[in-house]
Amino acid sequence: MSWAIAIWAGALALAAAALAVTRDSVVHALLLLLGALVALAAAFFALAAPFAGAIQLLIYAGAVVAVFVFVVMTVEAGAAARARERALFAGAWQLPAAVAALALVPMLLRLGGAGAGAPAPAGAAALGRLMFGDWAVVTELLSLLLIAGMIGVRVLRRRQKGGRP
Amino acid sequence: MSVLVTLWLSLVMIMALLVAAGVFTWVERRGLGFFQERLGPNRVGPFGFFQWIADTVKLMFKADEVPPGGDRLTFRIAPALAATPVLAGFAVVAVAPGWTLAALDVGVIFILAMLALTVYAMVLGAWASRNRYAMLGGLRAAAQMLSYEAFFGLSLMGVVMLAGSLELGAIVAAQEGLWFVALQPLGAALFAIAGIAAAHRLPFDLQESEQDLVAGFMTEYSGMSFALFFLGEYLAVLLVAALATTLFLGGWLGPWLPAPVWFGLKTGLLALAFIWIRAVLPRPRYDQLVAFAWKAALPLALVNLLATGAVVVLKGGA
Repeated sequence: MSWAIAIWAGALALAAAALAVTRDSVVHALLLLLGALVALAAAFFALAAPFAGAIQLLIYAGAVVAVFVFVVMTVEAGAAARARERALFAGAWQLPAAVAALALVPMLLRLGGAGAGAPAPAGAAALGRLMFGDWAVVTELLSLLLIAGMIGVRVLRRRQKGGRP
Repeated sequence: MSVLVTLWLSLVMIMALLVAAGVFTWVERRGLGFFQERLGPNRVGPFGFFQWIADTVKLMFKADEVPPGGDRLTFRIAPALAATPVLAGFAVVAVAPGWTLAALDVGVIFILAMLALTVYAMVLGAWASRNRYAMLGGLRAAAQMLSYEAFFGLSLMGVVMLAGSLELGAIVAAQEGLWFVALQPLGAALFAIAGIAAAHRLPFDLQESEQDLVAGFMTEYSGMSFALFFLGEYLAVLLVAALATTLFLGGWLGPWLPAPVWFGLKTGLLALAFIWIRAVLPRPRYDQLVAFAWKAALPLALVNLLATGAVVVLKGGA
């Protein structure tokens, strides 16, 4: 039963993602991307990985896409602006498509050999041990990434306001 | 539980919650009437109790138009996004020992995620309306969500540390003897502030702020679409109250009365507190709200987390 749900949710995620990259309106594309992320989270829940599912919802669906929407909505999307963008980015889809295809090959190759056992239940203590024990270095590196983002925002703001921090 | 039983129980719970949200609108209007020395709805049924049914019927028959120039698809989807995530969030709430639809290992995070998703209703609804007031409200909603989500999660991690679990039933069980509000007063206060912001209630309802934005993100909505936004808001109040009861007030624990009654009483009292706060507090200015979140609440939540962690380690727990 849960396998069936996972497969359905995965198919939904794929369909929404495919629609997202082919939409004309950016906000519709983001709405579909949100749908894809939520469907992916549903697949995680169905595969007994609730922590991955909840984090998927909270971080990606809840925060990251919200920022995207926030930015996109403030940009004027008239017909003229849209035409200009289309001329500017004509053919630009080839690089991301190639990268995605390259990433897909190993995934498809592994698909047959997958089927590792169900993940262990995610208690608070076990999660803490994973994130700040076994994977502590990775967690710290990610926090470094956040600090880099913070400094970037600061610099951009400085430039806009004419030198005053 | 078999799948069919779970489905039936979900259906029953959704119906109960919809009725509870309807009754809550009546309680709020009577309560606000009391605070403002007027009567409030008092004509339909005893004490005006059936007012919420009359209003629902009225809203169902009202015209529900997409504004000219608006984005039809997004305009229609947005109100549904207001209520459905909150309804899903109730699935992990534990009303009594074993009384929960899904005893999720990461129940607390799941509820946080569901409350965060409600922001899309406001942002997308605002954008699709093609209305400047709505747009301002939508942008405020997004900025407020990002400011408050950060310390909302951190404020309750002290409780998670003390309980050693993210599952709501286990957190209640860990409060046998002493409620966590006594051990985590700062965490509880911060949670209360963030909870009001997460439910988008006054004084943190800048996104609809009727004095300066007409009705903010829902300016262009009418009929049942309008009602869905309100349903989402009232359900969010009930969900935040249920979460606060679970995390800080001992959930179903209490003498004499059966467990679900205790849970309902505490949640109901907290929901009344939402109305009380709405009636007596003024709305802060927008930049004050965001500045408070980042400059005061977030550091305090981190200090609370550090202190709790130190105590837990020193006492040899975890």
